[in-house]
Amino acid sequence: MTDLTSLTIAQARAELDKGSFTSVELTKAYLGAIEAANPAINAYVTVTPEKAIEMAEVADTRIASGAAGPLEGIPLGIKDLFATKGVHTQACSHILDGFKPEYESTVTANLWRDGAVMLGKLNMDEFAMGSSNETSYYGAVKNPWRQDGSDMDLVPGGSSGGSAAAVAANLCAAATATDTGGSIRQPAGLTGTVGIKPTYGRCSRWGTVAFASSLDQAGPIARDVRDAAIMLRSMASVDEKDTTSVDIAVPDYEAAIGQSVKGLKIGIPKEYRVEGMAEEVDQAWTNGIAWLRDAGAEIVDIELPHTRYALPAYYIVAPAEASSNLARYDGVRYGLRVPGKDIVDMYEKTRAAGFGREVQRRIMIGTYVLSAGYYDAYYLRAQKVRTLIKRDFENAFNAGVDAILTPATPSSAFGIGDQEMASDPVKMYMQDIFTVTVNMAGLPGISVPAGLDHKGLPLGLQLIGKPFDEETLFRAGHVIEQAAGSFTPKRWW
Amino acid sequence: MSVDQTTVKRVAKLARIAVSDEDAVRMESELNAILGFVEQLSEVDVSGVEPMTSVMPMEMKKRHDVVNDGGKADDIVANAPETTDNYFLVPKVVE
Repeated sequence: MTDLTSLTIAQARAELDKGSFTSVELTKAYLGAIEAANPAINAYVTVTPEKAIEMAEVADTRIASGAAGPLEGIPLGIKDLFATKGVHTQACSHILDGFKPEYESTVTANLWRDGAVMLGKLNMDEFAMGSSNETSYYGAVKNPWRQDGSDMDLVPGGSSGGSAAAVAANLCAAATATDTGGSIRQPAGLTGTVGIKPTYGRCSRWGTVAFASSLDQAGPIARDVRDAAIMLRSMASVDEKDTTSVDIAVPDYEAAIGQSVKGLKIGIPKEYRVEGMAEEVDQAWTNGIAWLRDAGAEIVDIELPHTRYALPAYYIVAPAEASSNLARYDGVRYGLRVPGKDIVDMYEKTRAAGFGREVQRRIMIGTYVLSAGYYDAYYLRAQKVRTLIKRDFENAFNAGVDAILTPATPSSAFGIGDQEMASDPVKMYMQDIFTVTVNMAGLPGISVPAGLDHKGLPLGLQLIGKPFDEETLFRAGHVIEQAAGSFTPKRWW
Repeated sequence: MSVDQTTVKRVAKLARIAVSDEDAVRMESELNAILGFVEQLSEVDVSGVEPMTSVMPMEMKKRHDVVNDGGKADDIVANAPETTDNYFLVPKVVE
């Protein structure tokens, strides 16, 4: 029998329907793979084998009775940011020690409704703040990819590093992830996987630990474009519990795959050709343009003049929202408590011990930019710049552009403990230079593998779409995937 | 704009994070690196531009003002570090 863990969701679903194997068998194959690989990769922070088998047994019954849901019996990994009832949910932070929610997030509830099986919770940067998965309280995740002929450990990107690594190493069929500034698309780009951040308001934020509420969106990381479409259809919903959930019915995204891109207008923004970008990233971008043109798309040059201000504006807006959202972690209602001589001393000691350096840094920046006397100069100005960034995109779409093609990241995966990144927080922030604009404008963006660089590491391309037009991204993303091929890491673990 | 030791400590106090003198020195240079980076926003002409309040143009949904959840005090205190009879316990705040 072929290795069951190498099957895509679409393939596994077809075989489950035919009865070639059961969900329990498929789930056991994944649990075995996790047991063998996780000590090396560190993608999972907790594995739930009993729950997985139990869910798989129910799935098998539903398949047998002809009542299978769209993800019936498919084993998934869940980012530690999603509340899962009775199961480890700590945003990979020390401050949420021992937290087991009494409720389920809307996104995961949707997945279980559709028959999916939970394998466990996935590693991530603490509170989703990071681009390398190194800020996790549970330690760094290792990228399943290594440079040719090297045994140096590389980062999988972040913050959804555990999700991307688990998908790339076949430790789950697909994973949930979240994206505030690039946390789905950047790790997908660095691991040769597909990740989509849908339009703001497409997936409910209810039960997802909040980082920056006006930017946070859930989405999937998957092996290929089709699987990402299958996942998003189940994750997305209209939810009364999230006031920013938009009232638009969820389409069948999978139906968009295989549709021609003939006549689609693809915009190429010159502002994305930035200083310090690897030459091969530029080459991958050129290839992507050629693939879409060959498939019949019309390529047009566009201008997004405020692009360079997206990252600095993000580093005001996101920390400001984070400083407010993370005020709730005070040692009173959940998680860690460090005793103090009075209540304020208890708060301060708890937060100093519970939050890691990057999280403290962002809370401090956010507190500063919101403090009296600085609000107008920083926060208000950043929100105005955000309006301008969104307007740039609107102008391009109003001029007839259907989607925009850019690189996903400025480089391929870098080393764990990279000294340059460690010495200057802004260097790490540059990882999100191509992805953060999309969050600022609330748009959907997909990262699709586009090839390998000379070191043998994957590079991704990003497609940016109009609000709620994820279908065009799946359609054009599939064309890139067909042309570029798919990429799997050589197993070293 | 940049921050000094006094500002770092004041902000840490506002953020309720205990910082040692050593932490404050490190934070000062890190925060100044970030503030230096975001400084470039001052060159953008934002005159007459409305600040963004909602990224998707939509009216905020309002739920009906009815009781639709509750009666689950045990669930609410289930994860608390210290409780008694469904109350959260904290150090004494009133002398």
